[in-house]
Amino acid sequence: MEHKIAIEFNNVSFSYDNIELLKNISFHIHENEFVSLIGPNGAGKTTILKLMLGLLIPESGEIKIFGNNPKNKNNLIGYVPQNLHFENKMPITVHEVVEMGLIDGMSFFKKEKYKEKVEESLELMDIKDLKIRQYNELSGGEKRRVLVARALVSKPKILILDEPTTNMDQASEERLFYVLESLKKSTTIVVVTHDTEFVSGLTDVVLCTGKESEKSHKIIRHNVEIFNGNKKVLRVLHNTELPENCCCKKEEKWNS
Amino acid sequence: MEFIKEIFSQNISFIRNAVIASFLSSILFGIIGSTVSVKRIAGLAGAISHAVLGGIGIALFLSVNKIIPLFPPIVGAIIFAVITAIIIGIISIKAKQKEDTVINALWAIGMSIGIVFIAKTPEYVDPMSYLFGNILLISNLNLFLLFIMDIVVIMLTFRYYKQIQAITFDEEFAMVRGIKTNLIFILLLIIVAISIVLLQTFVGIVMVIAMLTIPVGVASYFSKNLSSLIVLSTIFSFVFSIFGLVISWILDLPAGAVIVIFAGIIYIFASLIKLKR
Repeated sequence: MEHKIAIEFNNVSFSYDNIELLKNISFHIHENEFVSLIGPNGAGKTTILKLMLGLLIPESGEIKIFGNNPKNKNNLIGYVPQNLHFENKMPITVHEVVEMGLIDGMSFFKKEKYKEKVEESLELMDIKDLKIRQYNELSGGEKRRVLVARALVSKPKILILDEPTTNMDQASEERLFYVLESLKKSTTIVVVTHDTEFVSGLTDVVLCTGKESEKSHKIIRHNVEIFNGNKKVLRVLHNTELPENCCCKKEEKWNS
Repeated sequence: MEFIKEIFSQNISFIRNAVIASFLSSILFGIIGSTVSVKRIAGLAGAISHAVLGGIGIALFLSVNKIIPLFPPIVGAIIFAVITAIIIGIISIKAKQKEDTVINALWAIGMSIGIVFIAKTPEYVDPMSYLFGNILLISNLNLFLLFIMDIVVIMLTFRYYKQIQAITFDEEFAMVRGIKTNLIFILLLIIVAISIVLLQTFVGIVMVIAMLTIPVGVASYFSKNLSSLIVLSTIFSFVFSIFGLVISWILDLPAGAVIVIFAGIIYIFASLIKLKR
C-alpha cells in the first residue's frame, strides 16, 4: 500500500528576530498518519505548525502540503490553536464560531448552504445543545470542543491540533479521543502535545524537536509501537530512527 | 415641541440637517464602532481621528489660497485621511513593538500640522469647530457624502460580514481560511478615516471616537452576536444623537459635547445595572 506524502519540509530554516530557531530541517508526514510533535518548551513546535499552516514563511527551504504551497489550501487543513488570545468579549454564538471553519477566502458566505455541515460537526463534538449559547459563557473544555468542531466542519484532509487538551475536562478529553480515533486512517493528524499519554494509543509516528546546538533546533522522526501492558502506552522506537528525506520503504513496518 | 417644529421649518435648515446627519452618522457609528471595538483598535481609530486634522488643515490652506484651484477642502481632507490611515495601518502591521510610539507621534504631529495650516489660512477658521463639531457647518454636500458612505459601508459589511467576524474573533484562524486579513485591516482603517472626516462637522474629531465606542459599549450588554451589536449600537447612537441635539437646543449648548455627555451618562448607568446583576 502506497501512502502519499501529506506534509513535506525540505531544508527549512526559520528565525525570529535574527535568532535562528530552525535550521535546515527536513521531514515528511504521510497521508493518514497520526503524528505527535513533542519537545521541550521553546523548541519550535508551534513555529513548525505555523509554517505548515502558511502563517509563517520559511527563510529558506521548501514546505509542501500535498505537493503544493501551504497557501491556498484552506479546505485541506483544519486547525485547532493553542493560545486563546482571541478570547475577548466579542458577542458570538457557538454556531457562528463553527461556521468560520467553512469560510473560503474572500468569497461570499452563504449561511444556508452550510447549515447541515455545521450541525454535523456540532453533533460530532457533542455540543449541539450549546449552538445558540454565547462562546464567552462556555467553560474551558466546552470552548476547546467548539474549536475542534470549527476545525472539523470542512472535513479537512489534514487536522492540526496545538495542545488540544489544554483546559479540557475529563468528558471533553474523552470526546476528543473518540473523535480522533474515528478520524484516524482517514485524516492526517498532527498533534503538538505535552500530554503524550492522551495520544499514546493513536500515534503512528513521533516527531521530536530538540536542540541540535545552542542556536537552532532539528527534528527527528521516530517510529512507535503500542506497548500493551496494563494499559496501552506509546513506546518510541529510538533504535529505528529514520534518515531524513526517506522512509517510504519502511512504511509497512509503521503500520504493523 | 419647539425642536420638532424647527425640524420642518423652512427658515432654519440647520436643525433639519442635524437630525438627518444624526440618522446618517448613526449608521457609520454603529457599523464602524462595532468593528473597531471588537477588534480592539479603538486606539488606532483615535490616532487616525486626531491625525486627520493635519489633512483638514492642509486642504483648507490649499483651497483658500487657491494653490490648487477648485479643490474642495473636504476632498483634500479625505485624501489626506486615507494616506494617514494607510501609514498607520502599515506601521501597525510591520512594527508591532514600536507601534505605540510611532502612532502616538503621528497623532500629535497630525494635529500640530492641522493647527499650523489652519492658523496660516487667510480666512482663519476656528479649529474648535473641527475638534468639537458645529452643527451649523453641516452642509447638503456633507449629508450627501454621508449618505454615499453609509451605502458603501453597508454593502461592504453585508458582503464581507463573515470575514469581518472571523478577523475580529480569531485573526490567525481567519488567515488559515485564506482571508486577506491585512487588506481588510487597512480597508477598515481607510473607512474609519474617511468617516471621521465626514463626521467631524457633526460631533467633532475629538468626540468621534467617543461615539464610535460608547453606543457599542451600551449595545454590548444586550447583543448576542456582531450583527445584533451593529444594529443595537446604530439605534443607541441615533437615540443619543437626537436626545443630545434636543438638550443642546433647549440649554443652548454645543451639540457634539452634549451628545457625548448624554451617551456617557447612559453608558455609566447601563454598566452599573449590569454590575448589580
